[in-house]
Amino acid sequence: MSYHEQHLIDTKPPVDEFVVQVQPPASRMQRVRATFAGVPALGWLFGILCAVFIERYLGAELSYQLYLPKVPVLFGCLIMFKQPLLMPNALAYVTLIYVIPIAGVACLSARVTNRLAAVLDRGPIAVSCLIHLALLYCALHYWADLSDYRLLVLKLTMIAVMLTLSINLINGYMGEFSCSHPGFMALGAYSASTVTLVLFADDRLFGAAVLPKALGPYFFPLALIIGGVVASAAALVVAIPSFRTRGDYLAIISLAFMFIVKSLIENLEWLGGPRGMSGQPDWSSLPVVYVWMVLCIWIINNFVRSIYGKALNALRDNEMAADAMTVNTRKTKMVAFMLGAFWAGVAGGLFAHVMRFVNPGTFGIQRLAEILAMLYFGGLNSVVGSIFGAASINLISEMLRPLELYKWIVIPLILILVMIYRPTGLLGFREFDVKAILRPKHIRTGRGE
Amino acid sequence: MPLLHVSDMTHYFGGLRAVHRYNLTLEPGEIRGLIGPNGAGKTTVFNLITGIYRPSEGSVRLEGHSLVGQRPHQIAAQGLGRTFQNLLLWRHMTVEEHVKMAHYSQLRYGLIGALFGTPRRVAEERRVAESSMRLMEMFDVVKYRNLLVGNLPYGAQRRVEIARAMAIDPKVLLLDEPTAGMTPEELTKMIGTIRQIHRDFGVAILLIEHRLKVVMELCEKIQTLVFGEVIAEGTPEEIQRNPHVIEAYLGKEEIA
Repeated sequence: MSYHEQHLIDTKPPVDEFVVQVQPPASRMQRVRATFAGVPALGWLFGILCAVFIERYLGAELSYQLYLPKVPVLFGCLIMFKQPLLMPNALAYVTLIYVIPIAGVACLSARVTNRLAAVLDRGPIAVSCLIHLALLYCALHYWADLSDYRLLVLKLTMIAVMLTLSINLINGYMGEFSCSHPGFMALGAYSASTVTLVLFADDRLFGAAVLPKALGPYFFPLALIIGGVVASAAALVVAIPSFRTRGDYLAIISLAFMFIVKSLIENLEWLGGPRGMSGQPDWSSLPVVYVWMVLCIWIINNFVRSIYGKALNALRDNEMAADAMTVNTRKTKMVAFMLGAFWAGVAGGLFAHVMRFVNPGTFGIQRLAEILAMLYFGGLNSVVGSIFGAASINLISEMLRPLELYKWIVIPLILILVMIYRPTGLLGFREFDVKAILRPKHIRTGRGE
Repeated sequence: MPLLHVSDMTHYFGGLRAVHRYNLTLEPGEIRGLIGPNGAGKTTVFNLITGIYRPSEGSVRLEGHSLVGQRPHQIAAQGLGRTFQNLLLWRHMTVEEHVKMAHYSQLRYGLIGALFGTPRRVAEERRVAESSMRLMEMFDVVKYRNLLVGNLPYGAQRRVEIARAMAIDPKVLLLDEPTAGMTPEELTKMIGTIRQIHRDFGVAILLIEHRLKVVMELCEKIQTLVFGEVIAEGTPEEIQRNPHVIEAYLGKEEIA
């Protein structure tokens, strides 16, 4: 064992003695790893929840004691970049509030949570999923409760997850290169905003509200769905000419489509033109965005695991063979493209109601670059990859915000490294098996794979 | 009524006449061989029957229904399974997914099922999984079922392709050089597999083959295609003795 590894172990919390081991593992490093591998998803959620509550009640006091100007918002990164001298203090804060409680609680409670996970595992999968999702929501809710900035970052991250997942359907699973996602997003954002502004808000573009405002939140899902449907109708227009052949045609047509949408909105005065549209009601609260994101993940995961979804992989790998094996390739491509566009539209609608302002400039080439970066970082052909990619690129880019211009050197560098060492992304070609994730992890079966 | 009836099928690639007035009458349960030198148009005949190309002239009928002008997946779904000369497998998919995928046209759940995971979809996917399992057992690829196809030995890849073609529940199976590039052991196994398909499923088989030994052993009747035209048709013995065939394969005897 190298000096470096030894050092790492010494700083880890001493949790080894709580583990029931049949085979004594070879080294302490492995033992630590086995300990963590024995924690089920439920255990981690409990750990995170505990950390969030500790921060809620002790965070302010601790940051005062550590001479931090305020409670670190994004794991101390902003403070570290702004005032490098405070780096040890910020690290201490992160360790005390997040690392130790999460690791400690997760490991200490592993036995109990494993037993609970086993109970849940015997019941229907839906119940188990809902319980885990509810716990995750609690953790996120209380974490975001501490600052508005966190709340905004969290919502935008969730929207980014939806966007990445929906573009993965086209660029990853279907293997075509589509650049039109910002366009779909713009259509969704503008359609949903128009519906809510016309019906439920007094604003400068559309005048007084038509319906009582109290009804608004109930109609909001409908507005989002309208946004999604408009986007997928536009997708049909792009798809009909470009899916006759394979190759670069879709890339070119979809790129053109993105610019057409952008300049169309810029030139429509009744939609606000280049100045944009503002005053959307703030109905994109955290639970709303969370529920839509979960819905999006669930539906897309269902789709890609069905035979219809696998048909996308078949026609990507060899279209002629797929056709000869009775796969209706044209219909499959259309459905996937429209489904992707639908979710981009919904994400756009949510985005408009988070920012409460949209303008055509938001949906340009830079947005496309961001979405593609998240997609290729996380991994093609993988639902987990999309979630991971969207969350990490979004968080990294927020954390590096103090670097200002240099941020746009660091992020592309990360991407280049990923492309060199993992050309299909960090988690490419992984199945998202919910059951396997939620399953209890019994350590006694071995060293925990 | 013949099962598959092709009459006067002609196809041009630009000015090149690839297939000229090709006729075929395939009865249920028959194994027919199609031989010919390289570039004779054998694979083109397959592509014309399965709808990858549309014949310039002539008709193709399966149980009396015309196939000309239909899209390949529609033709396949009516009971025309095929394999490819150069193994067109899906490299990011496992063996099991290959066999499942070919059940596409038999699925009785729609988009709603695919998006929301309805009980009917669960039942259907279970049925497909069982059916795929049977096929994989039959073609001896069960042990590879969770592997990506690229990791399989060559002979097993060929068997996966046939299992996949059989999963569409075909009436006619078109095999395009199923023994190309095989070792002698794999070859023997493949001949056994083709016999087994013929016996157990009762499908009619149209077989393109370069190795005359295989065709002679399997087929009751053989067609010989040279430059897009059938120059000889008959039992293996007749074909072996036919002077045109000998000429096409070995060249004309020069009389000095």
